[in-house]
Amino acid sequence: MTTTPAAPPPTIGSGHEGDIKDQFVAYFRNLRQGEMGALPALGGFVVLVILFSFLSAQFLTPLNMANLLTQSATLMTLAVALVFVILLGEIDLSAGVTSGVGAATFVVLVHNTRMNWIVALLIAFAVGLAIGAFIGFFVARVGIPSFVVTLGLFLGFQGLQLLIIGSGGAYRPETPEIIALMNKNLPVWLGWTLYAVAILIAIGIAVWDRYRRNRAGVANRPITLMFLRLGAIAVAGALFTALLSADRAPSRGSLGGVAIAHDPIVGVPIVVPFAIALLWIGTFVLDRTRFGRHLYAVGGNPEAARRAGIRVAGIRMAAFIICSTLAILAGIFDASRIGVVTAASGNQIVLSGVAAAVVGGVSLFGGRGRLVHAAIGALVISVIANGLGLLGLPAGVNYLVTGGVLILAATIDALSRRRGGGTLAR
Amino acid sequence: MDMPVIELTDVEKRFGPVEVLKGVNLRAFAGKVTALVGDNGAGKSTLVKGLAGVQPYDAGEVKFNGEPVGLHTPREASALGIEIVYQDLALCENLDIVQNMFLGREETAFGTMDEGVMERQASETLQSLSVRTVKSVRQKVSSLSGGQRQTVAIARSVLKDAKVVILDEPTAALGVAQTEQVLNLVRRLADSGVAVIIISHNLADVFKVADYISVLYLGKMVAELETKKTNNEEVIGYITGINTPEISTSSISTSEGAKA
Repeated sequence: MTTTPAAPPPTIGSGHEGDIKDQFVAYFRNLRQGEMGALPALGGFVVLVILFSFLSAQFLTPLNMANLLTQSATLMTLAVALVFVILLGEIDLSAGVTSGVGAATFVVLVHNTRMNWIVALLIAFAVGLAIGAFIGFFVARVGIPSFVVTLGLFLGFQGLQLLIIGSGGAYRPETPEIIALMNKNLPVWLGWTLYAVAILIAIGIAVWDRYRRNRAGVANRPITLMFLRLGAIAVAGALFTALLSADRAPSRGSLGGVAIAHDPIVGVPIVVPFAIALLWIGTFVLDRTRFGRHLYAVGGNPEAARRAGIRVAGIRMAAFIICSTLAILAGIFDASRIGVVTAASGNQIVLSGVAAAVVGGVSLFGGRGRLVHAAIGALVISVIANGLGLLGLPAGVNYLVTGGVLILAATIDALSRRRGGGTLAR
Repeated sequence: MDMPVIELTDVEKRFGPVEVLKGVNLRAFAGKVTALVGDNGAGKSTLVKGLAGVQPYDAGEVKFNGEPVGLHTPREASALGIEIVYQDLALCENLDIVQNMFLGREETAFGTMDEGVMERQASETLQSLSVRTVKSVRQKVSSLSGGQRQTVAIARSVLKDAKVVILDEPTAALGVAQTEQVLNLVRRLADSGVAVIIISHNLADVFKVADYISVLYLGKMVAELETKKTNNEEVIGYITGINTPEISTSSISTSEGAKA
């Protein structure tokens, strides 16, 4: 298939052989066979951004782009949480209310007991862990479908949240550190430092991968490709950081030719590095650890996984625990952004999280999809809400468009698969 | 004749009142293909599930390289190097060939999977079996044909130095060309020194690939034949119970359905 001049040409390839042209040819061949991954969602995101930037003058301003990032962080976190169970072909309908329960636990503890906010945060995460273990027990050990268990919890936890908060109650997060997550920005120097650290880690991982493959004596992709990829990440990251490091406060106009002074808004929103770290660490776990591999295996064929010696029930349990614990993080993010926690916090968001994962290209049947897909899906859904909001359209339009995009995404996925002639009917 | 790698003597298995294996003897030799044939319900599956440690035998002796061993769990079986390739293959379609071959026994270094090492071992194993039908070891199993999947399942079984490989109906779902490929693979597997036990309903396949043919009839081993010295008719006679056993020490005349 490939004409590689590399040392010992093995009769069975691995897709890593060949020069850079072969690599691109192979990539586009995979695309045509329906392995499109997040590409449709990414394309949709770009189209939406272009569309809204023509429709609204405020849309493509740095201020709004930063807003979009913080607006999407909650949904992104919840979607990432859900991917862990969706990869198993399971679902957690209670993830939204779990996030609400977590936020409620946190604010009530801090307000009523005046305890250290870090301790309260740890307790909130422990609640998430316990909820996940509870779901996991009923799904993996008792054998109830996750849809039913988590539907029950979806109903039950709305009551739990009501009991924690009290009827008609509303708590403001009082912890400055938590409020800062969504409302404050990193100092410019720290933004650039984190950027540099991230690039260094990316380079380190890429070099380490090449080293390991070389040591094992298998083909590596052309090194040019590594440079191209790292270069693209570095440039995109630098643009992103630079954009967020410039003053994005709206102009207050001018008086007699002199601009009216305003407080500058600069720096990367504090939540952004947290979201990126979450995505990166989660992807690392899924792609590079045995646990991640086993998660995909159980999602693809539980019986095969069982025969291979994988403890299927343990994997299921772990996935639900991860999902619920990350859902708590989403709840904290939401509390920080909205600035208030009520008995209804998080009640509505779970299906948007599922939609984000599906729009991004994660299969609800399990075994297929990546965290970054869910993140891109969350961006798409957030950009719809953001753009339509700027246009002053009623909220009803937002739901209609979001629903339409979801069905469109599923259609593109199904059609690309059919054209690829894959044996997977789904 | 050499010492058999695996030797079962008088193994018995019953499920409640149903006696499925009534004192069965079976031998398999290194470098040889032993076909296990018999009609539906003869006890073939029960016999190999015992070998795999999935359903341990109730009674009887198991010798591995002449030493008595216990086969009570799948772990004990795989520790001895006994691997079984099930009819439904048990592959994950969403994973690639390397990932499937190493599933549950991934190579790791520093807590992360060492893809390079796994990839090399997978290619080497496939090449040692002279597999030429697979283009890339990083192909997803969902993109493979039935024969290719069977190849991957067999390669998976020999990845970790298997001594005995049991194949349950490896050609049942395959077309003519793919059957040919898999049978060639089975032959190469045996030639590499593995003791192969193959369950099959297709006598044409059996005669093509097997060195010995063991016939189960109603929970009894009624014949252990050398392929060269027997023929289709004789084997069918034993399978259907028309031929009476010569090698069995106990009579099966009491078995209902046995017809002279």
